[in-house]
Amino acid sequence: MIEQRIADPVATVTVTIDGAPVTMPETATLLEASRAAGADVPTLCYLETLTPFNSCRLCVVEVAGSRTLVPSCSRMVEEGMEVQTDSDRVQHTRRMVYELLDSTVDLSLVDDETTRQMERYGVRTNRFGDGYRRTEAVKIEDDLYVRDYEKCIMCYRCVAACGPDAQNTFAIDVAGRGLTSTIATEYDITLPDSACVYCGNCVGVCPTGALMFTSEYRMRESGDWDEDRQTVTTTICTFCGVGCNLELHVQDNRIVKVTSPMDHEVTSGHLCIKGRFGYAHIQSESP
Amino acid sequence: MFRGSRERSSADDHVAYGGLASAESRRNLLLPTLHEVQSSVGWVSHGALNYISERLSVSPAEAYGVATFYDLIATEPRPERVAHVCDDIGCLAAGAGSMLDDLRDRLGEPDEFGGSIAWTRSPCLGQCEKGSAAFIQVAGGDDVVVAPATAEQVIEILHAEKPQPSVSPSPIRQDTRLLGRTTLSLSHHESHGGLEALRKALTMLPGDVVDEVTASGLRGRGGAAFPAGIKWRAVGAEAGPKYVVCNADESEPGTFKDRVLMEEDPYRLIEATTIAGYAVGADKGYIYIRGEYPGALRRLSDAIEEVRDRGYLGGNIAGSDFSFDIEIRRGAGAYICGEETALFNSIEGFRGEPRQKPPFPTQAGLFGRPTLVNNVESLMNIPAIVLEGGAAFASIGTEESTGSKLFCVSGNVLGPGVYEAPFGVSTRDVIDMAGGVDGDLQAVLVGGAAGSFVAGDQLDVPLTFEDASAAGISVGSGVVMVFNTEVDMAPIVSRIATFFRHESCGLCVPCRVGTVRQEESLIRLRTAEDRDEELALLADLDVVMRDSSICGLGQLATVAVQSAITIGLIGAKS
Ligand SMILES: Cc1cc2nc3c(=O)[nH]c(=O)nc-3n(C[C@H](O)[C@H](O)[C@H](O)COP(=O)(O)O)c2cc1C
Ligand code: SF4
Ligand code: SF4
Ligand code: SF4
Ligand code: FES
Repeated sequence: MIEQRIADPVATVTVTIDGAPVTMPETATLLEASRAAGADVPTLCYLETLTPFNSCRLCVVEVAGSRTLVPSCSRMVEEGMEVQTDSDRVQHTRRMVYELLDSTVDLSLVDDETTRQMERYGVRTNRFGDGYRRTEAVKIEDDLYVRDYEKCIMCYRCVAACGPDAQNTFAIDVAGRGLTSTIATEYDITLPDSACVYCGNCVGVCPTGALMFTSEYRMRESGDWDEDRQTVTTTICTFCGVGCNLELHVQDNRIVKVTSPMDHEVTSGHLCIKGRFGYAHIQSESP
Repeated sequence: MFRGSRERSSADDHVAYGGLASAESRRNLLLPTLHEVQSSVGWVSHGALNYISERLSVSPAEAYGVATFYDLIATEPRPERVAHVCDDIGCLAAGAGSMLDDLRDRLGEPDEFGGSIAWTRSPCLGQCEKGSAAFIQVAGGDDVVVAPATAEQVIEILHAEKPQPSVSPSPIRQDTRLLGRTTLSLSHHESHGGLEALRKALTMLPGDVVDEVTASGLRGRGGAAFPAGIKWRAVGAEAGPKYVVCNADESEPGTFKDRVLMEEDPYRLIEATTIAGYAVGADKGYIYIRGEYPGALRRLSDAIEEVRDRGYLGGNIAGSDFSFDIEIRRGAGAYICGEETALFNSIEGFRGEPRQKPPFPTQAGLFGRPTLVNNVESLMNIPAIVLEGGAAFASIGTEESTGSKLFCVSGNVLGPGVYEAPFGVSTRDVIDMAGGVDGDLQAVLVGGAAGSFVAGDQLDVPLTFEDASAAGISVGSGVVMVFNTEVDMAPIVSRIATFFRHESCGLCVPCRVGTVRQEESLIRLRTAEDRDEELALLADLDVVMRDSSICGLGQLATVAVQSAITIGLIGAKS
């Protein structure tokens, strides 16, 4: 006998986004509703595959009746909500958040989307004099990935990926409190000494380049990193039978980085050490 | 298609945390265990942390994240005795600056932990009526408080064979509804009519107890002024297991009423918490008490044992079907843990970071269960409400602010201390109750560091929730801190900004970075050529922090600063 499970129908709710009604499943977030309505809402700490941490506050929107602005990435739609996605208050927060981040950390390697949004909101750099800036030496502890926390915006994505959202290894967490908090292993021991299993999933979710594969880091150092010369080939990992999709980033006929598509059924963008780093034999030059 | 996000199920958490049940039964022991190690050896070593992690099934990185969150837990070697000396606004106004100078002359710079003793500066220790205070961590013994404190006394205790606390009794000059009833034992409490309210409540239907609380109009005394009846009803309507949490983390600068209440009358708090448990159908109560309150902690834990021995806590209370017990949890030096959802995380053994609301505690609070959180002072009103009825309580005070309020009066007044008055009195009235200003009045900080500076006509605004909010100020936790014209206000306002920068948990950008930018700007403002530019920057920070911080800490961290600018205490052209 074939059992077939029929999903319960999902109730829908209607909200007003920038004056236009949008009907969404009740499990949708305000971010999903806003984007469905065509609104251009920036995010930074949010990633579809991770539990929202609400830390950056870039996705805030103005909801009628709410004293404060509301983070759209985590707030569920409710019947009748009236939402403005780009009001003066919203614009003020977004510009200030970018300015505050830019004044503390090195945003030079953020993604193109963030660069575009910073231009859109007219972000002014250097408004805060020469106050506090995050300073920390780059951590290079092995050949697999490096950590440059001067670029870290404390979005918590890597902590979620290493922890309950993907890897369940819990090798890193936020340490300290407030301004000087950092992402760290216990007592800041090196990664090889820690519980890290080198899945590279933290690197895969990092939005700022604070975490970077050593291959990429070295090539950037020597000025050889050139994304225009790279091709991406999608294949399936040969190490075991799970069937993870791999994206091989290849420059000058050498693999320089391995990722996995975020929307892939099996991986959600996450891999293990073999798929992520086990490619040296492919390009070994010794006979 | 996507994993994670909202689709993470409890089954996933089961895999991640070795079962939810064990997360509840073991992980929540993390902070108490760290406290244990800290208080026996003075710091938590890597080896100790690894051992704790293994025994509690918490990853060492996470345990380290928790340990480093708290000021009172050290993860680097520290001497066995460390004095935390208050350099916050209340003590500064009262003249403690010279004591700090004295200490530096005799002990050297703060935060030098290499020697056999050390000292560090501390945010408000909740002893403001004494004018100076130190909290001394003693490895292998009991932590002690010295208040008022001289450099001489602090040094003596740092060297003493067996350190003894030295705290002058809080001056209580009145017998009022909440004050003046120092109970020494449970029978003493009973001779004041203690336990009668609990016995009466047990004869009522839980819903009827909630109805009385609703009828009383009682609003929360922890700062947010939320109507208690609404929370009690909401928790009562949920399915169990449920919890009651008494918020005794009192760390708002200038606030010390909850400490006085717990030291004077711990039995009444236990009775009230138990009544709350009965009314909302909770299985267990927690009292989360500030780590720097060793005196109140000792009074409360002794009292809980006494009450349990007499059958008023534990199984079948006073022969009824109702079973309930109370556990004390000790904070470890983090103001943010007074925020209710951060407090839950702290008890659960996570970093004390607030959670984004909704869901509200009444739906998903401690251990994800429906939870009633109330402040100490809020709960202390419950026995009278049960005995006299909600209507009688509502007849005191004003329509929207019923009952009486405790005011924590400190700074330049002749009689600093806790004063109780029915709602309706103004700031000026409260200062008069405390014997008047010592010197000429410059300004008053009303509501704490998260409140505002007031002067002039605003001193006559009745300190009710409705009048205060109409006037753009807030009753907050009842702080009335007085500054005379001798006090240089710029350092005071800067100290408030420093407080928020130090206490920000760091989770969200507007507060984590905004608090330091505010602090820096205030320092520049003192000498700035172009004050308008700094004032514009401060105003921009004010808007983003109020609009978009996750919790009340960031949302209110600019209020006092902005009020100081508005009434001309700082930033005016000289
Ligand atoms: C940063 C911050 C600190 C807080 N500290 C305390 C505190 O120390 N004690 C307290 O009772 N409430 C504190 N609160 C308020 C609590 O979140 C909560 O509203 C209160 O405990 C509810 O009790 P009530 O309704 O009886 O006032 C704080 C809130 C914030 C945002
Ligand atoms: S590589 Fe994997 S195990 Fe190591 S820290 Fe990153 S996510 Fe955690
Ligand atoms: S290292 Fe990257 S992913 Fe981790 S918190 Fe920093 S910016 Fe976010
Ligand atoms: S407002 Fe401040 S204290 Fe509150 S969550 Fe944000 S960073 Fe933490
Ligand atoms: S994307 Fe929503 S808070 Fe960062």
